[in-house]
Amino acid sequence: MILWKDYHLAHSIRDALETLANAPGPARLVAGGTDLLLDLQQGRHPPVHTLVDVSQVPEMARIEICRDRLYIGAAAPLTQIVASPLVREHAAALVEAAGLIGGPQVRNTATLGGNVAHALPAGDGTIALLALDAQAEVADANGRRLLPLADLFLGPGRSALSPRAEVLVGFHLPLRSPHEGSAFRRVMRPQGVAIAILNLSAWIQRQGEVIGEARLAVGPSGPTPSRSREAENVLLGRPLNSDTIELTARALLAEASFRTSPHRATAEYRKRMANVLLSEVLFAAWERSAAQVKINEVLR
Amino acid sequence: MKLTVNGILRSIEVRPSEMLSDLLRERLNLTGTKIGCNEAECGSCTVLVNGEPVLACTYPAAKAQDKHVLTIEGLAEVASAHQSQREAGQAELHPLQQAFIRHGAVQCGFCIPGQIMTAYALLQRNPAPTEDDIKYALKDTLCRCAGYPSIIRSVQEAAQVMQSQTAAGLEPNIAGITDEFKVVGRLQNRPDAREKVTGLAVFSDDLKFPGMLHARVKWAGVPHAIVTRIDVDKARHLPGVVAVLTAANIPGEINHGLVIYDWPALVGVGERVRYVGDAIALVAAESREIATQALELIEVDYEQQPVVSNPVLAREPDAPALHPSGNLLKHIKVRRGDIEAGFRDAEVVLEHTFHTAITEHAFLEPECSIARPLPDGRMEIYVGSQIPYSDRHQVARALNWPEERVRIVGQLMGGGFGGKEDIAGQIHAALLAHASGRAVKLLFDRHESLLVHPKRHATQIRVKIGARGDGRLTAVETELYGDTGAYASLGEKVLTRATTHSAGPYETPHARADCYAMYTNNPPAGAFRGFGVTQSAFAIESMMDMLAEELGMNPVELRRLNALRVGSLTNTGQILRESVGLLDCLERVEAEMNRLSSGRPFEAKPVEGAPHLVRAWGLAAGYKNTGLGGGAPDKAAAEVELFSDGTLEVRTSSAELGQGLVTVLQMIVAEEFNQPPAGVRVLVMDTDLTPDGGPTTASRQTYVTGNAARLAAQTLRQAVATTLAEKFDQPPETIKFIEGLAQVNGHKIPLGETVAAMRAEGRQPRALYEYWAPETIPLGQGGDMHFAFSFGAQAAEVEVNRLTGEVKVLRVIAANDAGRVINPLGFQGQVEGGIMMGLGNALTEHFIVEDGLVFTDRLARYRMPSIVHTPEILSIVVEHPTADGPYGAKGVGELVSIPTTPAITNAIYHAVGVRIDRLPVDQEFIVEMLNR
Repeated sequence: MILWKDYHLAHSIRDALETLANAPGPARLVAGGTDLLLDLQQGRHPPVHTLVDVSQVPEMARIEICRDRLYIGAAAPLTQIVASPLVREHAAALVEAAGLIGGPQVRNTATLGGNVAHALPAGDGTIALLALDAQAEVADANGRRLLPLADLFLGPGRSALSPRAEVLVGFHLPLRSPHEGSAFRRVMRPQGVAIAILNLSAWIQRQGEVIGEARLAVGPSGPTPSRSREAENVLLGRPLNSDTIELTARALLAEASFRTSPHRATAEYRKRMANVLLSEVLFAAWERSAAQVKINEVLR
Repeated sequence: MKLTVNGILRSIEVRPSEMLSDLLRERLNLTGTKIGCNEAECGSCTVLVNGEPVLACTYPAAKAQDKHVLTIEGLAEVASAHQSQREAGQAELHPLQQAFIRHGAVQCGFCIPGQIMTAYALLQRNPAPTEDDIKYALKDTLCRCAGYPSIIRSVQEAAQVMQSQTAAGLEPNIAGITDEFKVVGRLQNRPDAREKVTGLAVFSDDLKFPGMLHARVKWAGVPHAIVTRIDVDKARHLPGVVAVLTAANIPGEINHGLVIYDWPALVGVGERVRYVGDAIALVAAESREIATQALELIEVDYEQQPVVSNPVLAREPDAPALHPSGNLLKHIKVRRGDIEAGFRDAEVVLEHTFHTAITEHAFLEPECSIARPLPDGRMEIYVGSQIPYSDRHQVARALNWPEERVRIVGQLMGGGFGGKEDIAGQIHAALLAHASGRAVKLLFDRHESLLVHPKRHATQIRVKIGARGDGRLTAVETELYGDTGAYASLGEKVLTRATTHSAGPYETPHARADCYAMYTNNPPAGAFRGFGVTQSAFAIESMMDMLAEELGMNPVELRRLNALRVGSLTNTGQILRESVGLLDCLERVEAEMNRLSSGRPFEAKPVEGAPHLVRAWGLAAGYKNTGLGGGAPDKAAAEVELFSDGTLEVRTSSAELGQGLVTVLQMIVAEEFNQPPAGVRVLVMDTDLTPDGGPTTASRQTYVTGNAARLAAQTLRQAVATTLAEKFDQPPETIKFIEGLAQVNGHKIPLGETVAAMRAEGRQPRALYEYWAPETIPLGQGGDMHFAFSFGAQAAEVEVNRLTGEVKVLRVIAANDAGRVINPLGFQGQVEGGIMMGLGNALTEHFIVEDGLVFTDRLARYRMPSIVHTPEILSIVVEHPTADGPYGAKGVGELVSIPTTPAITNAIYHAVGVRIDRLPVDQEFIVEMLNR
């Protein structure tokens, strides 16, 4: 069974777009390939003519500060994201999430772009990026555009990106100010598929002893990964204590739709875990939002 | 494209859909890179690309363009390049390779290249890793022999050696070393360790033969149906297809089986499909790709039948009958005393029902058979099998040939654990080789391995237990339902062991056990380390803790009071006359547990600063028969030969699956000749070259084949002595053997020189011995059902998260009475690996089947313990030698895994008060109970 005929190592985004558009048969973009190649091997994805590998496009593998934003190339391997001092400083939640995706070998090839493009409602990287207010940079034949991350998702496993005409180039994240902090946690089941039962990420901005601004994302809480706006609003202007967490959790549970998934978790357990994780991420993010905290010391 | 592999720049034509692992294994013949799952789950295929470990099975070869690839075969050269001193003729091993050998981290060896490459990348980046760093880096590089503690020690030692440039670092920290013997009881490295750490070890799938075809099997995919039509015409006409076979093409017997011939090699038209892994048709083609394409062209029609999905339903009167004899494979009964009287005598009676899940061996090497027709009309089959002579018998039956026409050439096995006892491809490969006249390789991918081979029996076990107020047991009644799946396999034997052991290692005046071994439409269940006792131990050991609580007794005290000891009568009516180390095991474990818990092991202790995390200890005991027992003739043959270079060879068909039999046999022969073990070669698993050692099952090899090797060695030694005695005119008993020499009256004769002297006398310098283990009696007749039992006790400390229900095992103390430890290094590997498997059985492993359809059809859906699950393990050796065992040895391979699960679940109860009665432990259930 021939799963692909041509494997094209793109050297630029233009090259990738042109190869995708001009391939004489079905073509797919691939970076780490840790999902797509398995889908091809196991028959969940039909064979293709061309795979366009973007992992060696320099712009897509870069991690840098660019115009007051943290830029993370969509094809940067997760290992590099976890190790990057820039990401550790500005996006602690993403470091925590990226360090949990796959195993150590997989993280040497798997990419953040792949995690996001897979559009799973509980993608660990995706959930962290949502809380970090990331924007996605997308290239097509007409040029580049930035869009909010949430706009990339249509449904479970369905991305809004056009497979033959668009390339997810990278992510732009706000830089962390001294009074801001973020965190990510998940709960796994020790049996079965290694997909989080529930994951939750928070970003908060501290104003003295109360929360000035907050972002929360939880998965899987609906068909697409999304933020929990009602719960975020509850946090505004409140100190972080058990009352606040209880109110926030109530809002989050009202907003999110937790389902029972066979062999993974019941909706009831997910609701309980949302409470547990919410408390953990909020306290962790709060601790990190204290100006004097050296992020590298609290991250593994 | 160009790429550099192990320092050599290569120019290679890119091929469509080729993964790096294919390029390395198939085109460059670098077969040290192993394929365990082909789905990026197991880590066996790890190689370094530009210094970073990646999974070669899902890394497109084309992506390696202009990169540097390092495989296990290149690591020794990297080591040599760094070292100033090189020994001539012998390539230096990398310090990691040396450490893996020295610490016994190498067992079956299949995962070892991946482990070493991953560890090498870690040390390049972090020359002084902590234990946590090692666990983090090796998290997804799975080892099913589960030598994780020794892997950690090996990486630590290698790091030390590399930093300090010293020759060797840590001494292996191993219990059980005695100096009573010259060789036995001392640390011995495996004879095959060097080839396993260098990637040169050859497993079945690493073999290629000229003109070899590749086979695939068309599986039914439906759990219960009658086949109404099979059309293979299109497949036959696909270019590159050489043979397509159905049941109609089998020249001999269609059915195979280990005990009962009830398992069709192929299901024909009009016949019944009994599970999704039944085979319908076979294809052999010029390539695996073509064979795979051909499968899709085979058309099969079925008349679906109602599915029998569990053993309790299978016993209902209106359940569809799956076999001509019905659904009951066997009703197994144990009767002792008068059960009603026992319960009348009781002051406390408890009753509870437990459930255990189907679990999967998940040996890292999937099944592979290569059949090769020979010009003289015979057929060779290259396969890693636990029972080579049974393979020969069953293949010959299918071909309608005399057995001698078939030769099984056993290969290194990447783990077995009981899962490579049944036929799995041997017959299919042979049929295709017979039809095509060419060598045929049939390799299961992981998906097929999961669907097809027999699993651990799921059980439902009801226990009713009665005791006096002082804790003395008065009655134990058990009722078991065992799901033996579609075919018998070893189901009757496994469930007999589950039943006879279902009252635990305790003496009770009245016992009654009934077990219903039921056919269902689930994958067959058969042998799996523990052989039924794993299941019943969970039930009875949970019950003993429940009883202790009811009585207000210390659970250790309750067990001690009732423990089997010398003079006890078992519930099958056997008097234990010797070698019962259970009390010692309990006492040693209790003492250690008390020391580590300030004398209050069963008290729940919240973690300081994290009160939602609660810790406590739990304890369980266990026992396991050595050998087949129950009246089955239990024998093994071994042959020992002396060569003129002074080396010895021991030969037997018994199987080496990673458990260390080859080291044990090597040591026994070395002991008997008082020679260094390096001078003894071991040849196993070849039906032409080695005598029948019987099945490698039931923890029997050290005892039964060990005795055969010992007695063969003694016989040969006496023959050598006789020759020398005659030559030098000295009494034979004055002749001594020391380090490569025979000493006769002051003369020192190199051992090898006696070969010529023997030949000159017309004697052969070899001896064959067929050893018969002591006779046993069938169940139900009283007397010795088994010739030996091993005993053990384990304590586990767990940490339970009250918020999430997550359970972590922190420490395990294990004491095992295996009679005598022959090789402490191998023993340690069995203990640690067995505990990890027991931990998996408790916490992670669940093979899910729904209405006969397998949900767990990929390794990604089956979690087995990884290095991050590894607790601190303390192994205590208790030696109560058994009179007939070699040097007193009994079996150990299964025992070590049996008490772990109930020790963990009892600890969970002590930590949070939740009684686990269904495996695996469900963290949701714990949270639900805590919030009730």
